[in-house]
Amino acid sequence: MHPVVREITQEQLRNDIPEFRAGDTVRVHVKVVEGQRERIQVFEGVVIQRRGGGISETFTVRKMSYGVGVERTFPLHSPRIDKIEVVRRGKVRRAKLYYLRKLRGKAARIKEIHR
Amino acid sequence: MKGILGKKLGMTQVFAEDGTAIPVTVIHAGPCNVLQKKEDANDGYEAVQLGFLDKKEHRANRPEKGHAKKAGVAPKRFVREIRGMNPAEYELGQEVKADLFAEGELVDITATSKGKGFAGAIKRHNQARGPMSHGSRYHRRPGSLGAIDPMRVFKGQTLPGRMGSDKVTVQNLKIVKVDPEKNLILVKGSIPGPKNSFVVIKSAVKSR
Repeated sequence: MHPVVREITQEQLRNDIPEFRAGDTVRVHVKVVEGQRERIQVFEGVVIQRRGGGISETFTVRKMSYGVGVERTFPLHSPRIDKIEVVRRGKVRRAKLYYLRKLRGKAARIKEIHR
Repeated sequence: MKGILGKKLGMTQVFAEDGTAIPVTVIHAGPCNVLQKKEDANDGYEAVQLGFLDKKEHRANRPEKGHAKKAGVAPKRFVREIRGMNPAEYELGQEVKADLFAEGELVDITATSKGKGFAGAIKRHNQARGPMSHGSRYHRRPGSLGAIDPMRVFKGQTLPGRMGSDKVTVQNLKIVKVDPEKNLILVKGSIPGPKNSFVVIKSAVKSR
């Protein structure tokens, strides 16, 4: 990457993002605009993937909502994210947890570890 | 009409205020110098000739040196005329900088596309291919060349050949950001050519 291009992206990178990886449970505080008002919505679930690098890095959070699986993908450095809290650190053996989509209930649990 | 010369540096993304990620191409634009003014009385048309980036002294030949000397600047690596740029508004040797354009303006960008070498009809002309299996012997061929009655192949028949390295213009690209201090222009979307290639940025001809 050209140093000038890197500099442009560097300005936009956030350094208030906590360390987390696939398998962790996170609470993402998203800024939502409703008409004129702006409020904060919380999306809590398991991180099933992190992909990309630099400014284009994204992560996907999966949760069960009224028995339906819901996944949201956020750009990691998006200004729409107010903050990210790590609730739980999970022990997993792969980087992409797509297998969770086929599982529900007890089988979809992830063991907690203390890192 | 206004224009500037530049160099493509690469692509990245920028977040807008509402959080949407905008893909941008970073262009090192200017400072250019006015090398020559083409005027109606002398040349029959109006244009401004710009030069971008200094050339090493020993790489310039004598005509180039003399031409640049008239404008009082060093010989330039990339020289292009911008047709329709009013020569009365510029002086010889005057610097044209990135702040010529403002955020939100629409521009047309012209550059030389990446060379693809000798490409087949599928890649070069978007033809469809035949089945690759089940006994098919017709895989990626250009197909029929037309009727036999004319006893020749008509001009413009789409066949394999050299692809790319063409002059390509992309119209109506929006300027996302201008940084006059660093001589940078960020436009939304992609532009032709590899990194570090020269480009011509002009105000859009079809802007509404």
